[in-house]
Amino acid sequence: MEVVLALVIGVLGGAGVWLILRPRTFQVVMGLVLLSYAVNLFIFSMGSLVIDKPPIVTPGHAASLEHYSDPMPQALVLTAIVIGFATTALFLVVLLASRGFSGTDHVDGVRGDP
Amino acid sequence: MSALLSLAVLPVVLPLVATAALLIIGESRRRLGSIVNMAATLAGLVVATLILWQVDAAGEAGAIAVYLTANWPAPYGITVVADRLSALMLVMAGLVGVGTALYASAGWSRAGSYFFPLLQILLMGVNGAFLTGDLFNLFVFFEVMLAASYGLQLHGSGAPRVQSGLHYIAINLLASSLFLIGLAVIYGVMGSLSMADVAARMPLVAESDRGLLHIGAVMLAMAFLIKAAIWPLNAWLVPAYTASSVPVAALFVVMTKVGLYAILRLWTLLFPAGAEVSAQFGASFLFAGGLLTLCFGALGVLASIRLDRIAAFSVIVSSGTLLAAFAVGSIEVGSAALFYLVNATLATSALFLLVEVVKRTRSETQTRHLDAEALPDEDDNLDDNALPLVGRAFPISVAGLALAFLVCALLVAGLPPLAGFLAKAALLQALVHQLPATEMNPSTIGPHGTWLMIVLIVSSGLFATISLARAGIRHFWLKGGVLASQLRAAEAGAVLLLLLASLGLAVFAEPALRYTQATSRYLHAPQPYVDAVLGARARPGPATPAIDEGSVR
Repeated sequence: MEVVLALVIGVLGGAGVWLILRPRTFQVVMGLVLLSYAVNLFIFSMGSLVIDKPPIVTPGHAASLEHYSDPMPQALVLTAIVIGFATTALFLVVLLASRGFSGTDHVDGVRGDP
Repeated sequence: MSALLSLAVLPVVLPLVATAALLIIGESRRRLGSIVNMAATLAGLVVATLILWQVDAAGEAGAIAVYLTANWPAPYGITVVADRLSALMLVMAGLVGVGTALYASAGWSRAGSYFFPLLQILLMGVNGAFLTGDLFNLFVFFEVMLAASYGLQLHGSGAPRVQSGLHYIAINLLASSLFLIGLAVIYGVMGSLSMADVAARMPLVAESDRGLLHIGAVMLAMAFLIKAAIWPLNAWLVPAYTASSVPVAALFVVMTKVGLYAILRLWTLLFPAGAEVSAQFGASFLFAGGLLTLCFGALGVLASIRLDRIAAFSVIVSSGTLLAAFAVGSIEVGSAALFYLVNATLATSALFLLVEVVKRTRSETQTRHLDAEALPDEDDNLDDNALPLVGRAFPISVAGLALAFLVCALLVAGLPPLAGFLAKAALLQALVHQLPATEMNPSTIGPHGTWLMIVLIVSSGLFATISLARAGIRHFWLKGGVLASQLRAAEAGAVLLLLLASLGLAVFAEPALRYTQATSRYLHAPQPYVDAVLGARARPGPATPAIDEGSVR
């Protein structure tokens, strides 16, 4: 499972970075979205990657990550998702405004080589 | 102490309440909104000053007020911590906030919607970032501040603003991703995001995890350095600041300082010079980055013709100087840098506020073919309705304006007799004092680096002098005064306020330097901070009996 998750994060992050470096604003938005997915999964993976472990300390067991799954990163991810969602929505509005002003979806507002 | 405890969260709550009030007042009742906004920013400044006064009154080490949100003790709850450094930054942000709010009320606030609520949210984010004792909360306040700044940057609209805003938002979203990665790594290693808790656990980190921790710190630093506009991560700054409306640019000067504050706070807490392991981790990189930024900014200042570009590059110069000075890690240099920080912020904000009123002294028809600056500006046509048509013309407005510009130039370039010179002199003196110490201890910056920094600081001052003198000659001597400047009382008052604050810094330089020195000494021994935050106890509620240690478990 660790390998799969690492690969997913790597592919998402790599694709995100590549898209951010592209000249079209829509590609940049997609890149930022993919990168935020990668980051969210990464934060999530920090709270011990286990199945069938409740996120609470059970009586009789030591409060270490072997016996429960850490709920904190999930709370952090939730906050990060909400903030990322809001800022991406704002970015989309600015993208449309830029498209309206310049008539092109190039990030610099000038029609470059595709 | 108890009064201070309840005050500590006020700089965050006050703008939030003001925003709610401003949204209820709505866009139609502008005058009332303007008054409420002004009152809120003024109250914020008063609260910040009170906190500063109370913190300083507690003696040499200063009080450390810890406010436990929802009464959860650290490290489980989110703490709000007001100490010497936070208080100083709060007062600085408050001053700039009042100045820009006053300036904007003269006309700019009407160039678009929701200027005042956004301004309050930005102030809330900035104050929160200065006060929070929790790394994730720092991220949240950064995002609050940035979300408001996106709106403010686009205030007034227009193609250049949207274009530079697009870049500005993209780079900041990327920085936020880096911030989150850094947070996740640090949480993975430390199991905590409370700054005090992380600092307390630093010596306990296993040798095998130390590399991972360093990576986390580097990722966080990247996010902060982007916000602090450190070369080569600062290409966004000049277009974004020059395209945005004048009061917004003046307000944004504080935002680069938030990045620097975060670096200073985290590095002194996590990697203090006295630590046995990873002491001053990455200091040489920060120092080199600071010097490169200083070079870049100084050359940019020299190459700039337009006044707003000079101001924007001055922001970069001060960022570079401060980062390099913080990275030196000596108490004396740190103290001078804090003094420099306050003065540079006030001076560059005032310079940004002057940009537009100075332009008004000139007749456009006369100079259009002569001068790059008279070319139709990006924001001219859009803001016609926003600019005051014919305000109260001061009979001495041009003279006053020239004088304000002169004072501003002296402050930014660091020439005597004002606070800019005092700050630079203190910085240079501290660097020279620090020279023999470094020869004994080759692990820190080294004498060559120190000399390089001295040379760069002096030459950046020279470049700023040349560039600002050039701008002054063009604006005031060559064709200034042809057209009597139309200056509104509020605009003049805003510039005057910032310059007077700076002047106060020069007149009361001794107590100010004593304060920054105590702050710097306090920052270099982080144990009191850790003890105060982790030692803060939850208060017993009115209904429930007092909680003792045993019943918590």
